[in-house]
Amino acid sequence: MRHTLSETWLSLRRNVSMTVSVVVTMWVSLSLFGISLLMMQQVNLMKGYWYDKIEITVYLCSTLSGGSTTAGTCEAGQETTDAQRQLIQQQLTANPDVASVIYESKEQAYAEFQQTYKNSPILGTLGVDQMQDSFRVKLVDPQNYQGVVSQAQTMQGVQSVQDLRQVLDPLFSVLNGLRWGTMILAVLLLFAAALQIGNTIRLTAFTRRREIGIMRLVGASNSYITLPFLLESLVAGILGVLAAAATLAVALKFLIIDRAQVSIKSLAWIGWHEFFVAILVLGVVGVILAVVPTLIATRRYLRV
Amino acid sequence: MITFDDVSKVYPGQKKAALRHVNISIDKGEFVFLVGASGSGKSTFMRLILREYRPTSGRIYVAGKDLSQIRQWKVPELRRQIGTVFQDFRLLPGKTVFENVAFALQVTGRPMPEIKRTVPEVLELVGLKGRETRMADELSGGEQQRVAIARAFVGKPKILLADEPTGNLDPNTSIGIMKLLDRINRRNTTVVMATHDATVVDQMRRRVIELIDGQVVRDQKKGVYGTD
Repeated sequence: MRHTLSETWLSLRRNVSMTVSVVVTMWVSLSLFGISLLMMQQVNLMKGYWYDKIEITVYLCSTLSGGSTTAGTCEAGQETTDAQRQLIQQQLTANPDVASVIYESKEQAYAEFQQTYKNSPILGTLGVDQMQDSFRVKLVDPQNYQGVVSQAQTMQGVQSVQDLRQVLDPLFSVLNGLRWGTMILAVLLLFAAALQIGNTIRLTAFTRRREIGIMRLVGASNSYITLPFLLESLVAGILGVLAAAATLAVALKFLIIDRAQVSIKSLAWIGWHEFFVAILVLGVVGVILAVVPTLIATRRYLRV
Repeated sequence: MITFDDVSKVYPGQKKAALRHVNISIDKGEFVFLVGASGSGKSTFMRLILREYRPTSGRIYVAGKDLSQIRQWKVPELRRQIGTVFQDFRLLPGKTVFENVAFALQVTGRPMPEIKRTVPEVLELVGLKGRETRMADELSGGEQQRVAIARAFVGKPKILLADEPTGNLDPNTSIGIMKLLDRINRRNTTVVMATHDATVVDQMRRRVIELIDGQVVRDQKKGVYGTD
C-alpha cells in the first residue's frame, strides 16, 4: 500500500502540469454542469410556484377598448353593461372548475398599479381610464384552465381573457433554452475532460512501461498495477469536483441567497438543499469521468 | 513441470506457424537448453509458458496447471512461480541493486520484514554481496545480469526461464552467469534457457531441444549445440 501511494504521489508530481490542466478542465466543465443542474431546479421551483397560483383574468370592455376595431365581444367604444357583468359573474361562479371569482374595478386596478410601480418612471404615464375592469378567477385545479378560458372568451362584454401561463411560458422557454445551452456546453467540456484524463494516463503509462512490464513479469496483480493510475485520476477528479463545488457555493451564496432572494421575495429560490443535490450528482459524474477513461487507457498495458 | 501437448501457435495475420505440433515434457529440476536460429520459435515457446499468448491448438501444462483452463486474473499467480531473465537485463535504472530485487517482492505484496531478510540472501547467492546500494545502471553487464537473476529468483520460483541471458556478455562473464544458473538449478529449480551460445551449451552438457521453423528436430540428453 505504501508503495502504491508513493507511486501515485511521484506520478502526480512528475505530471504536475498535466494534472493541473485536468483539474482545471474538470473544474470548469463540472461548474457549468452544476449551473445547469441548479438552473433546472430553479426553473422547476418557479414553475411549481407560479403554476399553483395561476389565475385567469377576464378583462371587460372599456370605452377605450378596441378603438375603431372591436376586440373580443366588445362593441366599439362601449363599456360592458351592468347586466352583462352580472351574467359573466354568474356563469363563471357556476363553472365547477372555478374556485372563486373576484371583481376588480379599474379604480382598484389603478391603485394596485400605483403600488407596484411606485418607484418607476412609467407611473405617471397611465391614468385610471387606461385601466380595465376585470374578474380574477381562481381555479380548483390550475392545470385545468383551458375550459374556463374558452368559456369566458365567448361571453358578451369580454374584451380578452388572459391566463398567467401565457405570460410565463415564454419566460420558461427562455430559461429552458439557457439550461439546455449550458448543459450541452457542459457535456462537451466533460467529454473533453474525459479524453484529457485518458490521454494523461496513457502518457503516464507509456513513461512507466518498463516498470509495468517488469511488474507483469514478476506477477503483480492487475489491480496492483492499475491502482496508482486510478488514484492519480481520482485525485484530479476529486480536486475538480471540490473546486466546482466551491464555485457553485460562492455563486449561490452571493447571487441567489444574498441578492435575488432578498430583492425578489415573491419568487421561490433555490437554496442549500438544491445545492447539495447538484453536488452529489457532480461528485458521481466527476468520479465516473476519472475512473472510466483510466480503465480504458490502462487496459491496453494490462492485457496479458 | 512443463508439458507441451501437440502445441501449435500461429500469430494473427501470419500464414506460417511459429510453433508446429510441439510435444515436450520437462521434469522438475531439469536444466534444458533451447537452441535454434532466430525465428525458429524459441521465444514463442517461452512466452507460451508465461501465458503471454494462448496456443492456437494443443495444451500446455505448467506447474501442474492447464494453461488453457486458468482464468485471466489468475495469470499473475502463475507468473509468481516462474522467474524470467532476458538478454537486455530489464532493470530499473533509477533504482539501487537492493531496490531492483526488492521490487519483485513489493509489487506482489510481500511484507517489508520478509523483503529485508530475503533480498540480501539472494544477493549473496548471486555474488553481489556488498553492492546493495549501487545504482543498477552503474554496474557492468555481468553484474546487471546477476541482479536480474536475483530478481527472478527472489520469489523462490519453481521455474526459471532465461532468454539468451549471455547474449550481451563476453565469454568469461558468460561462464560466471552459467555457473550461477547451475547453482540455482541445483536448488531444485527447473531452468529453461534459450541460447545461441554454442560454447556454453557444449560445456554444460545438459538436455538440448533444437527448433527449426517451429518444429522440434532434436531432443537430446547431455547434448551439444550443433548436430554435426
